[in-house]
Amino acid sequence: MPESHLFTIENFYHFAKERKLMAAQCDNCGTLLVPPRPVCTNCLSKNLEWIKLKPKGKLLTYTVIHVASPRFQSLAPYAVGIVKLEDGPNLPGMIKGIEPENIKVGMDVLVDFDTNIPAEWPMWPRYFFRPS
Amino acid sequence: MTGKPLVSIVSAGLSKFGKMQGLYGRELFAQAAKEAFDRCPNLDPKKTVKALFVGHMGESYEHQGHTGAASANWAGLLPVPAMRTEAACASSGVALRCGVLAVLSGLYDVVMVGGVEKMTHRSTAEVTEFLAMASDFPFEQWHGITFPGLYALMATAHMHKYGTTEEQMAMVAVKNHGNGVLNPKAHMQKEITLEQALSSRVIAWPLKLFDCSLITDGASCLILTKPELANKFTDTPVHIIGSGHACDTIGLYERKELTTLNAGKLAGQEAYKMAKTTPNDIDVAEVHDCFTIAEIIAYEDLNFCKPGDGGKLVEEGITHIKGEIPVNTSGGLKSKGHPVGATGTAQAYEIYLQLTDQAEKRQVEDAEIGLSHNVGGSGATATVHIYKRG
Ligand SMILES: CC(C)(COP(=O)(O)OP(=O)(O)OC[C@H]1O[C@@H](n2cnc3c(N)ncnc32)[C@H](O)[C@@H]1OP(=O)(O)O)[C@@H](O)C(=O)NCCC(=O)NCCS
Ligand SMILES: [Zn+2]
Repeated sequence: MPESHLFTIENFYHFAKERKLMAAQCDNCGTLLVPPRPVCTNCLSKNLEWIKLKPKGKLLTYTVIHVASPRFQSLAPYAVGIVKLEDGPNLPGMIKGIEPENIKVGMDVLVDFDTNIPAEWPMWPRYFFRPS
Repeated sequence: MTGKPLVSIVSAGLSKFGKMQGLYGRELFAQAAKEAFDRCPNLDPKKTVKALFVGHMGESYEHQGHTGAASANWAGLLPVPAMRTEAACASSGVALRCGVLAVLSGLYDVVMVGGVEKMTHRSTAEVTEFLAMASDFPFEQWHGITFPGLYALMATAHMHKYGTTEEQMAMVAVKNHGNGVLNPKAHMQKEITLEQALSSRVIAWPLKLFDCSLITDGASCLILTKPELANKFTDTPVHIIGSGHACDTIGLYERKELTTLNAGKLAGQEAYKMAKTTPNDIDVAEVHDCFTIAEIIAYEDLNFCKPGDGGKLVEEGITHIKGEIPVNTSGGLKSKGHPVGATGTAQAYEIYLQLTDQAEKRQVEDAEIGLSHNVGGSGATATVHIYKRG
């Protein structure tokens, strides 16, 4: 298991397995880093700490994908969007649990977790969005 | 007074764009290089060309990396130092930038820059996966977001913020297909109607088939030299007077704004400043229309109009081949085609033809100053170059 104090993408998904949406927060400038990274890209400080984000936000934009890559072909058409989390940062992902024609820019969504571990590399569990 | 020439283009070459069955990428590059050599009989390529920069996006398509040496080999340029530049769909815009830097450095008097991609032998699903590699893996690819998907996210945001319509996007497609008909090297030479574009099948809503660029095979190149040497090789050089290059976050989601490409804006500002020109000076432009919304955003990022007015610009015919600022006279990525690694220098090739009166049926009369705008990924890289008739 990766060392959980490292501010890596691997650890972001490690927390997702535990249904936690985590960011790295810079102690120096306060920037919330999603995805987390080893050095604050705003001020270059290494003084970071994990902080749990509220799993909710507003949909900034979305699309419905009909032509997909082989891995996702069987799911098409499926909706994906970019969500502005209540805590500030943006997160992209799939939108589930709503008919595509009912999706609206600006709608409130919750971040949910599919804790199934995919068999293929990098074996990260996927979070997704659903209407709140 | 425009800025002083940085380097001069003395020749250029372009393979036929399209489904080039049975041809390997390096063979397409050799065709482009040969055209450039033949166009410039006063230049002995074996003696004169001192380095090669080749844009190439993906080794997955042909199971072939190490494209610098392979391209130099097939072009007949060995043993010149050759290198591949990779910046997704801006790979050869970056090759051009590197060529400008290399000549300006004083190390080389003459270099070739170009690009190549061979894509059509792969299935659309495979190409979709390979192209997506230019986006963020952990948060975009891993969640099923495709390239059309990324630009669709921008399109939805642009429609929501500014009221841009699907009709306006379709007008970009109709315009560029119209121009492609005039270009014998274009992948598709087919007029389309607004109705056809609007009723075509959905690829990533709101983007439909005719909002997307083509999956294409092709190669392109230019020969660059110092301005003071240009007339040794040709009477009709084209000078590069501005060069801009900037980067942005690899993931679209990390950007503050989803309706503009900051790298495109910054590259444009750098190039305009160096060239001492303004958008009003541009007589002809090739912009990165990988999707119709991308052309609309390019108008805004390059200051051809205010943010949000890009849709109106195409609707009013301003960017039509007979309009005030003809954009994508070649047919653009939409109709000429988009062999991703070859696109940046293929845009420069079109501007070179326009500024040397060789654009035949699509010649823009009295074109003096041209611009090319090349974007990689969802905007993580952009290059802008400004050209002047020599
Ligand atoms: C849009 C896209 C998915 C269509 O691929 P497809 O569904 O496999 O389509 P096909 O190859 O089966 O072609 C079907 C027909 O549509 C035409 N066609 C394919 N793509 C087209 C396009 N983008 N525009 C117009 N016509 C197109 C083909 O010529 C063919 O016509 P024909 O039957 O008369 O020969 C594909 O062209 C694509 O992915 N384009 C975007 C490429 C891209 O993302 N580039 C990088 C940008 S950053
Ligand atoms: Zn910081």
